[in-house]
Amino acid sequence: MTTQVAVDIDGRRVTIPAGTTALDAADAAGVRIPTLCHHPDLRDVGSCRLCMVEVEGQAGLQAACTYPVTADLRLRTDSPRVVDARRGVLELLMGEHPDRCPECVRTGECELQALATEYGVGPAPARVSRPLQLVDLLGPAVTVDLDACIGCLRCVRTCAELQDLGILGVVGRGSSTAVSTYLGLPLAEVSCIACGQCINRCPTGALRPVDRTAELFAALADPTKHVVIQTAPAPRAAIGEEFGFEPGTPLTWQLNTALRRLGFDRVFDTSFAADLTVIEEGAELLVRLYENLVLGSSTHPLPLLTSCSPGWVTDLEHRDPDHLAHLSSCRSPQQMFGSLIKTWYAQQEGRDPADIVSVSLMPCTAKKFEATRPELTHDGRPDVDMALTTRELAAMMRARGIGLADVPASDFDDPFGTASGSGVIFGVTGGVMESALRTVIELVTGRPAEDYFSHADITPVRGFEGVRSIEVTLDRVGPVPPILAHLLPNLEWLRGTTLRCAVAHGTANAHAVMEDLRAGGRFSTYHFIEVMACPGGCLGGGGQPVPTSATVRAARARSIYAEDARYGQTGRARKSHENPAVLRLYRDLLTDGPGGPTSHRLLHTTYTGRGTYVGATR
Amino acid sequence: MTVRTPMTLSAVEAGAGLRAALSRPPAEVVDQMVASGMRGRGGAGFPTGLKWRLAAEADAPDGRRYVVCNADEGEPGTFKDRVLLAKHADLVLEGMTIAGYAIGAREGLLYLRAEYVYLRDSLLDSLRERREQGLLGREVAPGFDFDIRVHMGAGAYVCGEESALLESLEGRRGEPRDRPPYPVVRGLHGAPTVVNNVETFAWATAVLARGPEWFASIGTHRSTGPKLLSVSGDVARPGVYEFPLGVPIAEVLRAAGGTDAKAVVVGGAAGSCVPASEFGRTVSYEDVATGGAFIVLGPDRDLIDVAENVAEFFADESCGQCAPCRLGTVALLDGVRRLRAGNCTPDDVARLRRLGATMRLTSKCGLGQSSPNVFLSLLEHFPADMRVPVGTGGE
Ligand SMILES: Cc1cc2nc3c(=O)[nH]c(=O)nc-3n(C[C@H](O)[C@H](O)[C@H](O)COP(=O)(O)O)c2cc1C
Ligand code: SF4
Repeated sequence: MTTQVAVDIDGRRVTIPAGTTALDAADAAGVRIPTLCHHPDLRDVGSCRLCMVEVEGQAGLQAACTYPVTADLRLRTDSPRVVDARRGVLELLMGEHPDRCPECVRTGECELQALATEYGVGPAPARVSRPLQLVDLLGPAVTVDLDACIGCLRCVRTCAELQDLGILGVVGRGSSTAVSTYLGLPLAEVSCIACGQCINRCPTGALRPVDRTAELFAALADPTKHVVIQTAPAPRAAIGEEFGFEPGTPLTWQLNTALRRLGFDRVFDTSFAADLTVIEEGAELLVRLYENLVLGSSTHPLPLLTSCSPGWVTDLEHRDPDHLAHLSSCRSPQQMFGSLIKTWYAQQEGRDPADIVSVSLMPCTAKKFEATRPELTHDGRPDVDMALTTRELAAMMRARGIGLADVPASDFDDPFGTASGSGVIFGVTGGVMESALRTVIELVTGRPAEDYFSHADITPVRGFEGVRSIEVTLDRVGPVPPILAHLLPNLEWLRGTTLRCAVAHGTANAHAVMEDLRAGGRFSTYHFIEVMACPGGCLGGGGQPVPTSATVRAARARSIYAEDARYGQTGRARKSHENPAVLRLYRDLLTDGPGGPTSHRLLHTTYTGRGTYVGATR
Repeated sequence: MTVRTPMTLSAVEAGAGLRAALSRPPAEVVDQMVASGMRGRGGAGFPTGLKWRLAAEADAPDGRRYVVCNADEGEPGTFKDRVLLAKHADLVLEGMTIAGYAIGAREGLLYLRAEYVYLRDSLLDSLRERREQGLLGREVAPGFDFDIRVHMGAGAYVCGEESALLESLEGRRGEPRDRPPYPVVRGLHGAPTVVNNVETFAWATAVLARGPEWFASIGTHRSTGPKLLSVSGDVARPGVYEFPLGVPIAEVLRAAGGTDAKAVVVGGAAGSCVPASEFGRTVSYEDVATGGAFIVLGPDRDLIDVAENVAEFFADESCGQCAPCRLGTVALLDGVRRLRAGNCTPDDVARLRRLGATMRLTSKCGLGQSSPNVFLSLLEHFPADMRVPVGTGGE
């Protein structure tokens, strides 16, 4: 039981639990206090000093973000002294900030720019530069422009505390204080997983994804190129935020039209490949269960860990290479799709793969790195030529005057058509697990998933709890379905088995699970664990619109679950193994079935132990 | 460094203070410190007895409390703690033990300035001897175990700031913490912690040995007791001096042989510059406070050199954590250089004043808050030295 205290903020009164920060108290009272270092996902450190307020009875000013209100008191957030102090700090920040806003990726969304405008602080006439160590921190997906860094340390806190990675830190003292990697090494040479969570929380354009949109514009303008794009569900639930829509406005079908207007020749749905992933990974799970539980072999150990999140895959390669055998051999949906486009699709269309530019719209910066992996190429050409983030696509659309309001809806292109609802929920933490369980339950028991979970909504794996568990008892088994007939003799051995599954999102939670697993704890007895590198899953990815917060992520999740539900209401498939386009692919191309040699060649992959810290091989 | 005046501490009998403390309940030891009126000797001048009481009464979830001796002595122009550690280490260690008993701590840490590493061996010898004599270790008194470790600093001025010091002790970058909570409530490893200056602990031993009334009879009503001053600069006899608090600046100058001084920087880089016209003012918490630094500037000094030197110091020593200090110290240094070059308009000077005010008001810790002090006091008292363009009115 916490005591309540009454706070008067600029004349507005609120009652809040003792210990609430002055900033949160003001928020509760509807008073906005400007900040740059505060972020709702991060621990407060009080470093930007913009949120200074007057606390009754105290001589100086206090930083609202770190000042705990422990007794009834009065706060002023708008006195001349406070406003002057704030403007003074903004003048300092603008005084060393490069005067090149118009060409910055963050212009219009930059928090420093917004506050400077609000307080009427222009760029400094004579910039007082500090002797920054301008180290080249370029990675394969993330790049750092220290010149635009305002030292708020959100990135450092994101990396060390939110994600438990600790790639970015602070070096130097005084005027040479700077954000850096270990020894100032490029991000490509330390164990950065390119999740881009730092980018999403950077208030300025100091952190940014490696941008190849100029190249893409050129390809779109080149008539000899056949430019195709696959769009993942998470960007579709978020891109509206870039165009003034409320978070969670679903714009999947409008975006299809906009992409065609931008010049893409075909628009495909990554969720199709997600459905494919469910079949391949579901089959892999059942085979592993058979090997471990019946044959007593642990060559492919349990629990099976999902491999759709490239940040997570790289994380495991760096930090826990001894457990790579747990990782599903399935490529991520992006890469399954990329592989199919450059082979089967090219063949179907009678095109030279060299003329196809395969683009993906992803919520993710790690996808950029994933697309460069040598094991994901054919004949020396990457399967996916360019992974575009949500923010990058929005900027491209703005540059061409294409919006999303009043744009007619249109469908995805054949031959991949529309996916199932299961493929759509891949965009949210727990979605892969839910999709896989829907399919595994039906294939094993021969009964509809609805018999086990109302509307086949597997709600225990939904939500944003860091780690969530679910147990599913396979109380009955059916005959081996044809799609699995080449893999398993029967399913009798599964009768009565309780599948123990878990979901973790954010690498900090993943690390906790892996630590327990290594120590032989509860998770070492699990069968299947979904891991996403980013908090919230793909919808919270490093390429998604800013700002991000728990509220924004929840809105995006609602939109994704609603889309899945609508698939059911409109008679479309909600389960991956019911997706007609996927079944057609197994009939026409992957004729040796899930996990068969063709699948392995096109849809599965291998991993590389990298080790931590310095000298990691990329 | 030469000691120029008789030192009261030399006459304090070793062991008497601790014996006196252990003969009464801990709360009474705190009461004695409160009655002495003593305020911290490190610079900020927080009442020592109150600090001990707050730490003793704070909730200690795992029962742990700590005593930390701040021997970082980084303030430019301060060297009196070095003398104490070299000549009266036993009184300092005894004071820490008394504090440990008073607040219920079992562990003390002495954070030693990196440059004082040459004092480390003798401190370790003193600790060993005290353990052998039963003055440290198990059962110093029935139910009271207490021991002290020495921890080396690494050369950052900001680590003398108590919360940055605690961060450093915990193995992190020495960056000041947000307060509240104060160290007395949540200090080292989250436990209630008393951080005191070297000199504070030495005088605490004297207070217990001689009684709080004796201590309170020296100095002024609000600044009790004697104080060590590190006198340097343009004087005939630099060194460590002991004066009762409340001593006029002119008297210190007379003793040290610097009566022709143009100004005195009291309190070091973080202090303020007192012009000759105000030498009647006193060294005390109610007037011109100092942790010990007393830097005398002779008649031939160009004070803009002082301003630039101090500004350079802060631009280097800011921990870089918070915006107004990290950026403001650089902007201030830039301003001083522009003044010197004659490149400042009256508007620019006004802007620099406002910058100083912003830094005072918004910086997170004492370093940033006090960094414009010398600059602002020089602007006020020595506009000619500071090349303030004519036509600039004081604000
Ligand atoms: C930048 C900065 C540097 C400081 N350096 C020292 C120091 O070297 N020694 C010291 O005793 N106090 C120093 N202090 C003061 C300490 O924060 C703290 O107030 C003091 O150790 C408390 O001890 P006292 O109450 O006995 O004076 C410094 C403060 C600041 C802001
Ligand atoms: S005022 Fe300066 S030294 Fe203190 S926390 Fe801020 S940057 Fe660091």
